[in-house]
Amino acid sequence: MISIRNVSKWYGEFQALKKCSTEVDKGEVVVICGPSGSGKSTLIKCVNGLESFHEGEIWVDGISVADRKTDLPKLRSRVGMVFQHFELFPHLSILDNITLAQCRVLGRSRKQAVEKAVQLLEMVGLAEQRPKFPAQLSGGQQQRVAIARALAMDPIAMLFDEPTSALDPEMINEVLDVMVNLAQSGMTMLVVTHEMGFAKRVADRVIFMDRGEVVEDQPKQTFFENPETDRARQFLSKILTH
Amino acid sequence: MALHTLLLTSFDAFTALSQANHFSLLASHFSPNAALIAGFDFSVFLRPSPESALNNLSYLLVGLGWSLLLALASWVVAFVIGSVIGVMRTLPGRILPFIGACYVELFRNIPLLVQLFIWFFVIPDMTPLLGDWFKQKVPPIWQEFIAGTACLGLFTAARIAEQVRAGIGSLGAGQVGAGLALGLKRRQVYLLVLLPVAYRILIPTLTSEFLNLIKNTAVASTIGYVELAQRSASMAETTSRVYEAFAAGTLLYAILNLLVMALARGLERFTALPGFLGGRR
Amino acid sequence: MFFDWSAIPGALPILWQGMIVTLQITLVGVVVGVLLGTLLALFRLSPSRLLSWFSATYVTVFRSIPLVMVLFWFHLVLIPLVVGLLFPGRRLELRFITALTAFSLFEASYYAEIIRAGILSVTKGQFSAGLALGMNRRQVMRLVILPQALRRMVPLLLTQAIILFQDSTLVYVINLDDFFRKAYNVGNTVGTLNELILFAGAVYLVICTLASGCVRQLHRKLTVLTVK
Repeated sequence: MISIRNVSKWYGEFQALKKCSTEVDKGEVVVICGPSGSGKSTLIKCVNGLESFHEGEIWVDGISVADRKTDLPKLRSRVGMVFQHFELFPHLSILDNITLAQCRVLGRSRKQAVEKAVQLLEMVGLAEQRPKFPAQLSGGQQQRVAIARALAMDPIAMLFDEPTSALDPEMINEVLDVMVNLAQSGMTMLVVTHEMGFAKRVADRVIFMDRGEVVEDQPKQTFFENPETDRARQFLSKILTH
Repeated sequence: MALHTLLLTSFDAFTALSQANHFSLLASHFSPNAALIAGFDFSVFLRPSPESALNNLSYLLVGLGWSLLLALASWVVAFVIGSVIGVMRTLPGRILPFIGACYVELFRNIPLLVQLFIWFFVIPDMTPLLGDWFKQKVPPIWQEFIAGTACLGLFTAARIAEQVRAGIGSLGAGQVGAGLALGLKRRQVYLLVLLPVAYRILIPTLTSEFLNLIKNTAVASTIGYVELAQRSASMAETTSRVYEAFAAGTLLYAILNLLVMALARGLERFTALPGFLGGRR
Repeated sequence: MFFDWSAIPGALPILWQGMIVTLQITLVGVVVGVLLGTLLALFRLSPSRLLSWFSATYVTVFRSIPLVMVLFWFHLVLIPLVVGLLFPGRRLELRFITALTAFSLFEASYYAEIIRAGILSVTKGQFSAGLALGMNRRQVMRLVILPQALRRMVPLLLTQAIILFQDSTLVYVINLDDFFRKAYNVGNTVGTLNELILFAGAVYLVICTLASGCVRQLHRKLTVLTVK
């Protein structure tokens, strides 16, 4: 489904991504972890073209992201993204946040869009919040709406960029629960996160990045029990002692 | 010019009303002595002005009207062009932001008066067909109005552009990313996501810009446009009651200021988003 | 569309005279404006209700009326007053003094706001820290607050000075010969008004663009040093 091959990116002299490669098959849940500055957010933003890259290729469902002829908006409408800071549109109600792109990009009728939105809000447990505005909701609620907003586009894959990093501790679980359900329903997911508990539960594979490189890329069991590299081992030991 | 006649007629109607019964009746209750408060002669406002067929107060009020008219016309021009340039400066790429930057630098670094003179004297001379029509066929007051609108409009647009740029910038790249990630095209992201919020944030700054614009209309007096500041001065000269004349002028500007600010606050409340920027929770 | 720039080289001495007037007005306006503005800002922030109210009124009044009207006011009020005190002096001198006074007092209100905002932007914590060390109010102001506030204010003060430089052209309304008025007069006399207006515009454009570029550089340097 998602194919990342030898992707490199520079910011002037500084190399942010060094020949990163990985594959995400349909239905797979892949978690990317690593210290800050390792390039994980940059990499995931390259997948839907929000960031450009200088070398390598990225293919999403057979379409090359870097190709000039690719219709990027169309591609992006098929791949959902959830951001660290939720990024709901503050001037629109919850319902309108979810229907906006459905109508404007997919061309659905208002009726269809609202139906879909209500269905998804029920799925994430926020149906009664539909007339409210983002600023009236808590962080965890906003992030769940953001997930619903992305799902409303019927994406073939979902990208998560540190979805719980900006949340207060007591709200992290409500978001992770939604993500777990999503994973169990068979969605292809690429998740950048520090939440190792989530990885242990539903990930198929775990990728460890450090300083712009993909250092480890293992099935979940192998990663947690027997990481190959020292760097990954160190990272795990620091994270898991909490 | 039908508009011209319409405006003059409405102004005259207004002043006729004010002249007719109301003020004269009020004044007749006071003896001339009572009208002199601490050496000020406020009855001067009721005496006919040598400048026109109206009394002095109405003379000033009409001036206020002309100031406001120029301000509103210029504001429309400024808002549209300023928004376009401001958006241009936030777009990716190099050409459009550069053009926007040049525009802003050009119109911010030449004094307003010089720009006005360029519009009034130089440009009509330089443009072959329109310029000649402007100089020969358009009545003087409208010549001044058009030059004033063009000048103030483009001048203020440069300032609005900077504010719009800052407003959009304050929203952060995250909102743009979120919009794009949903598959919206950049144009849609600006129209549906960025600008609705940016303009709400900008209401206070834009209000103060509009108030500046009202003050700047006084510069048009240099090319003969008879707005409020000029009329205060000429009333002061003709009636020799300088304090009263300028007090009235100042007061009228102050009242206009307060009205505009009240309207702006109403607009802020009307467009407020629940829970955001102080809107209702 | 032919331009005849020939009048300009010969007129440079006259134009330079006008520029001197412009620069004098700008300089005096800035210096007196900043001094008076600082005073007004401190008044506004002082615990004394009277001083605070006086400052607020001053600033509000001057900021709600056009500069043109302030110039008219000083021109038509100041002259009769002064003439009443002295003998009828040379008209030109009076206009110059009128301009200097009007600009100083007008700009002071704008400077007062910039300075007040600058002082307020230094957090209360700094003030408390100073007091906790045993300094009195005046010392805290002088040694802790004002130095930090000035860093933030300087770019804005300079920008306001550039605005003043441009606004000095408004002495046109009181028939004072600054750079622009001289250019206009020359143009009128020689018959190449358009060329002179454009020339004056170009001069202002070059000076102001360079000046605001320098202010931007300064701002960048200063921002690196401030503690967020």
